[in-house]
Amino acid sequence: MVDKSLELFDCGHRACGGCGPALAAKLILKGAGEDTIIVASTGCMEVFSTPYPETAWKVPWIHSLFENAAAVASGIEASLKHNNRTEKVVCVCGDGATFDIGMLCISGAFERGHDITYICYDNEAYMNTGIQRSGATPYDASTTTTPAGKLSTGNTRPKKDLPQILASHGASYVATASVAYPMDLMKKVEKAVNTPGSCYIQIHAPCSTGWGFEGGKTIEMGKMAIECGLWVNYELENGRLVKAKKVQRVPVEDYLKAQKRFRHLFKPAPLTDEIAKIQAIADANAEKYGIDIKLKE
Amino acid sequence: MALRIGCCAPPGKAPGNKTGSWRIYLPVIDGETCTLCGNCVLICPETAIEEVEGEIVVDLDYCKGCGLCAEECPTEAISMELEEK
Amino acid sequence: MLQIMEGSHAIAEAVRLCRPEVVSAYPITPQTHIVERLAEMVADGDLNAEYICVESEFSALSACLGASAAGSRVYSATSSQGLILMAEVVFNVAGMRQPIIMSIANRALGAPLSIWNDQQDSIALRDSGWFQLYGEDVQEMTDQHFIAYKAAERHDILLPGFVCFDGFILSHTYEPVDIPNQEDIDAYLPKYVPYNMLDAKDPISMGMYATPEYYHEFRYEIDQAMMRSAAALSEAGKEFGEIFGRDYSEHVVPYRMDDADVAFVAMGSICGTIKDAIDEMRTDGIKVGLVKIRTYRPFPEKEIAKALGGVSAVAVLEKNVSIGSAMKGAVGPEILHALNGTGIGVYSYVAGLGGRDIRKKDIRAMADLAAQGKGNMFYGLREEVL
Repeated sequence: MVDKSLELFDCGHRACGGCGPALAAKLILKGAGEDTIIVASTGCMEVFSTPYPETAWKVPWIHSLFENAAAVASGIEASLKHNNRTEKVVCVCGDGATFDIGMLCISGAFERGHDITYICYDNEAYMNTGIQRSGATPYDASTTTTPAGKLSTGNTRPKKDLPQILASHGASYVATASVAYPMDLMKKVEKAVNTPGSCYIQIHAPCSTGWGFEGGKTIEMGKMAIECGLWVNYELENGRLVKAKKVQRVPVEDYLKAQKRFRHLFKPAPLTDEIAKIQAIADANAEKYGIDIKLKE
Repeated sequence: MALRIGCCAPPGKAPGNKTGSWRIYLPVIDGETCTLCGNCVLICPETAIEEVEGEIVVDLDYCKGCGLCAEECPTEAISMELEEK
Repeated sequence: MLQIMEGSHAIAEAVRLCRPEVVSAYPITPQTHIVERLAEMVADGDLNAEYICVESEFSALSACLGASAAGSRVYSATSSQGLILMAEVVFNVAGMRQPIIMSIANRALGAPLSIWNDQQDSIALRDSGWFQLYGEDVQEMTDQHFIAYKAAERHDILLPGFVCFDGFILSHTYEPVDIPNQEDIDAYLPKYVPYNMLDAKDPISMGMYATPEYYHEFRYEIDQAMMRSAAALSEAGKEFGEIFGRDYSEHVVPYRMDDADVAFVAMGSICGTIKDAIDEMRTDGIKVGLVKIRTYRPFPEKEIAKALGGVSAVAVLEKNVSIGSAMKGAVGPEILHALNGTGIGVYSYVAGLGGRDIRKKDIRAMADLAAQGKGNMFYGLREEVL
């Protein structure tokens, strides 16, 4: 067991108040422990935590490029293996780096089966460059590259199912987590770093600036996503679903209404067809992962 | 000061950036209602809250005043108050 | 003891002797024979290294960067499209000051697709912060790997380096070559001692971002290290000569320059052809010489100026093209700068692109053109484009 009281993510970083990814960084380090080497991608977290010489990381940390963290981690792991070293190698990268530009390196690393844990802090858009769409952006979210407009209801495609893609690479352990459930998040990180082979964790990390809500609501937003079924916390072992957080599901409206990125679905008039499509995504999630709590009649 | 080759640095310098100056609202903790559950300590993205000798202490050098602690406090022991500067 | 060996295999032997802990590369013609041989060595237990079979050159160098940052001596090799694909990492490695050595089997860049030799690939990355050595023959390019590691890993240098050699012409040619023994190389090149390293016992952050307050100085320091590497490479080349009998202390090597009127400047295997052509021209009473560039980055300006002093014209044989530039070749302007104020004419001749043969008669023609003050051109174009 790692000592989860250790604070390995320092104060003084430049994230926005109530930043989901900053909270994710802190919790990831608590779960992984101090015998960990972090490999970062370019992105919000990298920039807010490491302006030279002010690093917030109290464990070894390396950043090379936007898209190559998984390959850099492969090399680190090979070097550690060669020298019988015991540090855990953990990538911590945003959803743009993971879902989009880094896919080549991630696919290669997972196919080779390096003993690494790749963690995506998923705030569902390119936040560092000003809220552009990524492959993780949900359907109908308005971003600066998929703006809602007279002819557009925002992002036209649903979120890519990356956990399934990496499970199909033969990843021994794949999990989703949320900053809204810190104990669950830390437990999953600890499990991943102690599981041999390539593991993947996707952490829902609400971004107050990018999604448009008050910084104090970050955790509430994460919980609402889970309660409506648009985000599911689950675990896959060797590709098999072993656990999913069950909920008494509520309609997606309240979650959508709470965020500026979905405001166009309600104002000036509710776009009921679009809201129904998003509800269908949540329903499909519930069906796929079996998360609905069946109440006794 | 010489720059470290390769733009590297050891930990320790981030706290030199006192983010408390960003704060508009100040978390005020009601010691009577607080049960010392530790939730605020765990979720503060600034690592600016700790429990010291049976009391929750906010490090005002770093607290950005986001209000996450107040929102998530299970006993509503934290209130956010406009800070006079 | 001399052995007849394919160029690629001679390099693989040199790499084995350098004891890299991690090797990562991706197949690309004409580099592939090097890494195939290294993979065999790992498979047979002749090289104790982790061989990472990556899915692209981009990941190859990224993996090398990670392994180097974790404290290992690492090796990669590539060519042409592969080098350009990894270009972003190439710049990054230099900025992060990781002393990675990479062999470049020089090959043309597409489009059009060409697997044959020229030097556009490595020259395109001349500003990336890697030193660049060019070998003329199999022995030289093999030895340059030892020298490269020795200089790169010095804590007052900490720069990555390319060892460049002409694809097919050298990579696939069998030549007699002397491969040093392990004991001597171990003494010459001891175990790598990292300067910055990922280590949980002594954590640091590597590859942080720099604000405008600092970035300028970090780039300055890379340039300073590069300028210092001239001496480091020279010292490593001298020490190599003292142990192995082949001296590489000079960054430029003159050939029959004593009374030369026209001088060639060139890099790589074409120097052999130029020397043969010079011998013939000399027989005919034409006073021609050659200054071979062994170290292209850092650019040995003083040595070049000294070697070329006294000639009336310089013909720079460019196996590259700087498209849209006045001189057409990339090397010419730097020679011109080295000779600034001397009044010596400097003329670039872009030749041999995409594997086009450069014959002795072409060398002779270029010497004529230079003597007439004509140049800065594509040499030997097919008539239909004129």
